[in-house]
Amino acid sequence: MNPNKKRLRRTMMFLNAQKPGLVKDPYIYNPDSIMLDLEDAVAENQKDVARFSLFHALKEIDYRGCERVVRINGLDTAYWKEDIRCAVAGGCDAIRIPKTESPEEVRAVEAEIAIAEKDFNIPVGRTLIMAAIESARGVMKALDVCESSERLFGIALSGGDYTKDLQTRITGTGVELMGARQNMIIAARAAKVQCFDTVFTDLDNMEGFRKEVETIHLMGFDGKSIVNPRQIPVVHDIFTPTQKDIIFAEKVVKEIEEKREKGIGVFTVDGKMIDIAFYDGAKRTIELAKASGVYKGEL
Amino acid sequence: MINAVGRDIPDEILKQTGKQPFMGNHHFDGYEYKKDGPVTKCVINNTDSKMVDNIREVLVKCGIKDGMTLGFHHHFREGDYIVNMVMEQVHNLGIKDITICASSLGKAHDPLLEYIEDGTIVGIQSSGVRGKIGQAISDGKLKGLAIMRSHGGRVRAIESGEVRIDIAFIGAPTSDDYGNLRGIGGKSNCGVLSYSMVDADYADKVVAITDCLVSFPNFPAHISMTKVDYVVVVDEIGNPDKIATGAAKPTSDMRKLMMADYCTEFVVNAPYFKDGFSYQTGVGGASIASTVSLAKVMKERNVRMRFGVGGLTKPMCDLLENGQVDALLDTQDFDLSAVESVIKTKHFRISAGEYADPFNKGAVVNKLDYVILAALEVDVNFNCNVVVGSDGVVTGAQGGHPDTAAGAKCTIVISPLIQGRIPAICTNVTTVTTPGESIDVVITDYGIAINPKRQDLIECMKEVDLPFKTIEELRDIAYSIVGEPERVQFDDKVVGIIEGRDGTIMDVVRKIKKFEFSEA
Repeated sequence: MNPNKKRLRRTMMFLNAQKPGLVKDPYIYNPDSIMLDLEDAVAENQKDVARFSLFHALKEIDYRGCERVVRINGLDTAYWKEDIRCAVAGGCDAIRIPKTESPEEVRAVEAEIAIAEKDFNIPVGRTLIMAAIESARGVMKALDVCESSERLFGIALSGGDYTKDLQTRITGTGVELMGARQNMIIAARAAKVQCFDTVFTDLDNMEGFRKEVETIHLMGFDGKSIVNPRQIPVVHDIFTPTQKDIIFAEKVVKEIEEKREKGIGVFTVDGKMIDIAFYDGAKRTIELAKASGVYKGEL
Repeated sequence: MINAVGRDIPDEILKQTGKQPFMGNHHFDGYEYKKDGPVTKCVINNTDSKMVDNIREVLVKCGIKDGMTLGFHHHFREGDYIVNMVMEQVHNLGIKDITICASSLGKAHDPLLEYIEDGTIVGIQSSGVRGKIGQAISDGKLKGLAIMRSHGGRVRAIESGEVRIDIAFIGAPTSDDYGNLRGIGGKSNCGVLSYSMVDADYADKVVAITDCLVSFPNFPAHISMTKVDYVVVVDEIGNPDKIATGAAKPTSDMRKLMMADYCTEFVVNAPYFKDGFSYQTGVGGASIASTVSLAKVMKERNVRMRFGVGGLTKPMCDLLENGQVDALLDTQDFDLSAVESVIKTKHFRISAGEYADPFNKGAVVNKLDYVILAALEVDVNFNCNVVVGSDGVVTGAQGGHPDTAAGAKCTIVISPLIQGRIPAICTNVTTVTTPGESIDVVITDYGIAINPKRQDLIECMKEVDLPFKTIEELRDIAYSIVGEPERVQFDDKVVGIIEGRDGTIMDVVRKIKKFEFSEA
């Protein structure tokens, strides 16, 4: 398995691949991933220019550990194959497929990636895939999409298009996205891939943004799409385990390992009843703390 | 001779100017001297009028002649009409060899190029210049040396008699017929007249030019009738739209906001952040954003500012409005909010001398805890350049940069690491305008460097979660992204000097040479 498949992706910042001022150094804001967009942000007659800029950005700029995802144009356009070739040749880390509704689409993209990797001497399997779900049909097919390819690391909700398809609108309450979010996170977890929430476009409403991030964090999402760097610290703050969580998780892991050897199944930590079912969760907290750079323990 | 910031000041320039090389910020501490005084023509007869019909006539009455030095202020900023208006008449009278001693000049004064080329103007002394005048100086078109001096330095030069202003022209938003001048009122409202107060005190002739004559007495006067020889009324002294604009919309540029957040985090963790602290900031996007975010923290932590100084903008005036600062000390107003705030009781007008003159008995800058500044370039010795562009052309102003930097206990410079394709953090600044000994912290979008001479600050920031780096690391990051630029190529001819605030020579500005690519 590609070791990057499970990497930390709390924030994925959208950037127009054509804008030098945006693509030159987004890493200073510390997003976990950036998404260089060839699709909606780029005008129809600028697609070639954007690809040119994308290729050189990928080749020339040291993104300092930030994952580089490229959003290609839809499979119903004439651009997507060339988008893939350009992104793979540049050495991107992943391709984001827009408007995904079926596992066949993922596999079509996978096939093109494989050809490009070969043509440009990129190790086969290096380039990962993520699928954006933007329609009611896509939501209903989420599990199939999640299980469609070994390269696929996750799915992401695209709320704008999805609500249009649902014949409603973004209200800020989240009620219109409830079903999609639930369905997608369940599908993703079932397929053991990651799940990402949609963008929050009301940039002045930082309080509303924080509430939304708290909600999706509790729902189980791995991260959120970001349209402005100002949103990044908020997401990281919410997704990064607190020192209290970390200390508790550390105790749980240590105790479970110790008690297991002694044949004890159920015990208490800080007054809470703990059994083996807590092990994976506690391990995940430690891993997340490590990935977020806040873990100072020995586990 | 190599000065204290490592710049080679040619001996012939030292000889020509009679100046000394810069020897450190405190070299002249305790220096004693006798101040200069102006020629005063008494007005005893109560039937005399100070009103003169036009500028040409007032020039004649003042005895304008070749070789004189004329004083101007820059409170009207890029909306100023006064300098051009006066110089046009000087030119029409056929006068030559004039030196302009202005508190600053900008692009509004591009028309002066013609007078530089025809010898009407041979000397320029200013905080800075931009546009065509800057280009002309860098092209070697000015007959004499351009002298760039700070706001405090200008007061020092005039008070000490190093510069004698023959005629000062004071654009006044309101005046009465006896020369009581105010910075407020009228259609060219600029708030204060701080920079011209020294002109009023020390120039031999003082001419008020206004577009709003009010009845006597125009009180409380910012500049008193006792110092004014003549009053001229013209249609317009400036373009109000460019004098004080509406408050700048708070920046939404994340890079600037991030640097502002870094700055606030630094300020609140430095030892001076406590009830009764003092603060000054500039007008750049990041500086203004810093004030906004600092105000928030002050409220949260219930910390009050004793006084704010400036160069004032809306966010500083908001502090007064919201009761977060006890007093504002005002030398200049950058937006309408600041202009409107001038009439408030705790908003005090101060002269440029009170603000920043190093050669008086103590200026406000010496009482500053924090100053937040910007820079075109900062080098690994923390020397700053705010006057000469990285292309070698004079295109900026010292303003109060060297004064506040030297005075404040904690001087913070905010600059994006890379400006366009130019690394702002570099090995050697093109020109030193503020010495590194004055700079304590440099904040960039890529990290923050504390001057190693401030071990105390380094110590108290140990547990603070900010991206600290050494200044060399910042430079290396900049160079790794855009490469190390080739040095700008200069001619040997010195066209200007950067004067230290104490009158010594900080650096020289040389004539620009057309860039030639190296063989390699």
